[in-house]
Amino acid sequence: MDSFISLIQAAVVFGTVIMFGAVGETLTEKSGNLNLGVPGIMYLGGIASLTGAFFYESAVASPNAILCVLIALVCGVGASMLGGLIYSFLTITLRANQNVSGLALSIFGSGVANFFGGSLNKLAGGVGQISVASTSAAFRAQIPLLSGLGVPGRIFFSYGFMMYLAIVIAILMQCFFSYSRAGLNLRSVGENPATADAAGINVGRNKYLATCIGAGISGLGGIFYVMDYTKGTWANDGTIEKLGWLAVALVIFTRWKPKNAVWGAYLFGMMYWLYFYISGLTRSTQELFKMLPYVVTIVVLVLVSLRKKREDQPPEHLGLAYFREDR
Amino acid sequence: MSENKRVKEPFVRIARRSSIYWLKAWGIRAAAIVAALVVDALLIYFITKLNPLSVYGTMFQGAFGTNRRIWMTLREMMMLLCIAVGLAPAFKMRFWNVGAEGQVLVGGIATAACMIYLKNLPTPVLLIVMFVASLLAGAIWGLIPAIFKAKWDTNETLFTLMMNYVAIQLTSFMVAQWENPYGSNSVGVINQNTQAGWFPRIFGQQYLLNVILVLALTFAMYAYLRFSKQGYEIAVVGESRNTARYAGIDVRRVVIRTMLISGAICGVAGMVGVAGADHTISVNTAGGRGFTAIIVAWMAKFNTITMMLITALLVFLDRGAVEIASMYNLNEYASEMIMGVILFFLLGCEFFINYRLIFRHGEGK
Repeated sequence: MDSFISLIQAAVVFGTVIMFGAVGETLTEKSGNLNLGVPGIMYLGGIASLTGAFFYESAVASPNAILCVLIALVCGVGASMLGGLIYSFLTITLRANQNVSGLALSIFGSGVANFFGGSLNKLAGGVGQISVASTSAAFRAQIPLLSGLGVPGRIFFSYGFMMYLAIVIAILMQCFFSYSRAGLNLRSVGENPATADAAGINVGRNKYLATCIGAGISGLGGIFYVMDYTKGTWANDGTIEKLGWLAVALVIFTRWKPKNAVWGAYLFGMMYWLYFYISGLTRSTQELFKMLPYVVTIVVLVLVSLRKKREDQPPEHLGLAYFREDR
Repeated sequence: MSENKRVKEPFVRIARRSSIYWLKAWGIRAAAIVAALVVDALLIYFITKLNPLSVYGTMFQGAFGTNRRIWMTLREMMMLLCIAVGLAPAFKMRFWNVGAEGQVLVGGIATAACMIYLKNLPTPVLLIVMFVASLLAGAIWGLIPAIFKAKWDTNETLFTLMMNYVAIQLTSFMVAQWENPYGSNSVGVINQNTQAGWFPRIFGQQYLLNVILVLALTFAMYAYLRFSKQGYEIAVVGESRNTARYAGIDVRRVVIRTMLISGAICGVAGMVGVAGADHTISVNTAGGRGFTAIIVAWMAKFNTITMMLITALLVFLDRGAVEIASMYNLNEYASEMIMGVILFFLLGCEFFINYRLIFRHGEGK
């Protein structure tokens, strides 16, 4: 029982990172932009929040918890949105290829983040690894009374505030797509930009907004990873990159519906950590178990294309640039 | 006429160029690289407060400073070029094979397996067996998404992307199986004493065989895409599937055949990496090159000769940045940052090659 609860806890924390990433990417993809820069964007968000918090903590003697969180969020989301803006400018204004631009953004983001993550402290004149204890503690603060409620407390309330934020954003995003006029317009841009354009919808503005805001939301995943998952430190081990691609996988798994990301993300987390709780696995067979989320995603991808159900398909114009005069 | 005057003319509008003089196109690309280097120089200055010019000088030293460094640069270049050459046919067909990373890794696993289990074979035989094994492994890895694409139109970008991670976990699994010494979680140098399965030295040069093999593939692929019937079919399918169907081309067959070739060459790149360079296997055998190669292939417009130029530039930057990193005590991820900026500029400049801007009052440039 105890190990089952800790599996759930590990899955929820893990799932929250990719839920942010996936919900942001869903918004981007609904506008017809297949942004393969999610890992880069999460990297940018993570490192910017860490840098902001680092300078704030080293500037004042006793950091204020609320300010810590605000600074980390503003820096992280800002940097991720800048990443999204680079991608948008390249693909929407300059009509560069989306796959290639996204991959370039991933390379760039990983370079920036690992460069500063590894040498920020040295550049600032300190020694050893960077660490932002106070900010991380503020991010990981649990709800005081509820978290002490025994088993339900541990399953539902033993997390920082961002875990709940992820669920709220996912549900709001679903409502936005399903019930709002703006969401309908956005979806029409992703399905068929020429028709949307003819109907008087500003295709460029919709794509720009969706991609930049989507990048900001994906970036929250990077912030959560750095502040909560690794407790305010940095390691150049490429984990964010892996999580970023898992977020892209999760978008497929949810069939472009954010509401599915809420349970899908935790399911991915369970699948990822399952090996840890199965006895009798050797170190090598554990590695095979870690394939599970990717294999399941492939199976879902294949099933979706086999069944051809209209509401399960990716946006029709996903990955294609739109140029009004190009018809 | 006078009524037209009343319509407000936009400050700038965009029109597609029908054609562009090749010298002008390359001029625009060169300008983009210069602009990127200026931006990078500013970045370097703000981070390190070092004179960017001397930093670029150090980079040049790092890439070409000594004979050994030139060969290391060549070795890296051949690896990247080999993957990009493998991607060329798939991309020309507009099949988004972003699975090169995985195809390289399975090719590497096949090579390493041959080196470990068949080390008693005579060298030429072993080399041929390794070649065939890596080729087959890569081909199979490329074939799986191709079949689903051909039969059920499953999205190949996402499928091949996921296959990368399956391959990475498979590599981790094999590394744990083969680890040496026990508990190190790495394979170590395979056949350190016997050097069985290592690429032999030619004229005393350790990496010359890599260069010969990859250049042969590069020119062969150029000829295949340019002069063969199959290469023409690939071009037609890439331009328009409907046209291809109308012309009587079996699109499914072309898709599957092309992905077999693409995956196979990426698998061979895995052999070049394992037997020709690292002499070990790890998840870093591909090391992100599968993704960088996508950008190379795209920017070269699937022309494998142009790919040589672009890989040379990227590898120079990479080797150079490693040198800066060790010299100024920074970490080597600086190279990815510098490379990212250059890629952004190169991708962006294609716009000015494909389109021209027309300003209000006048014909623009």
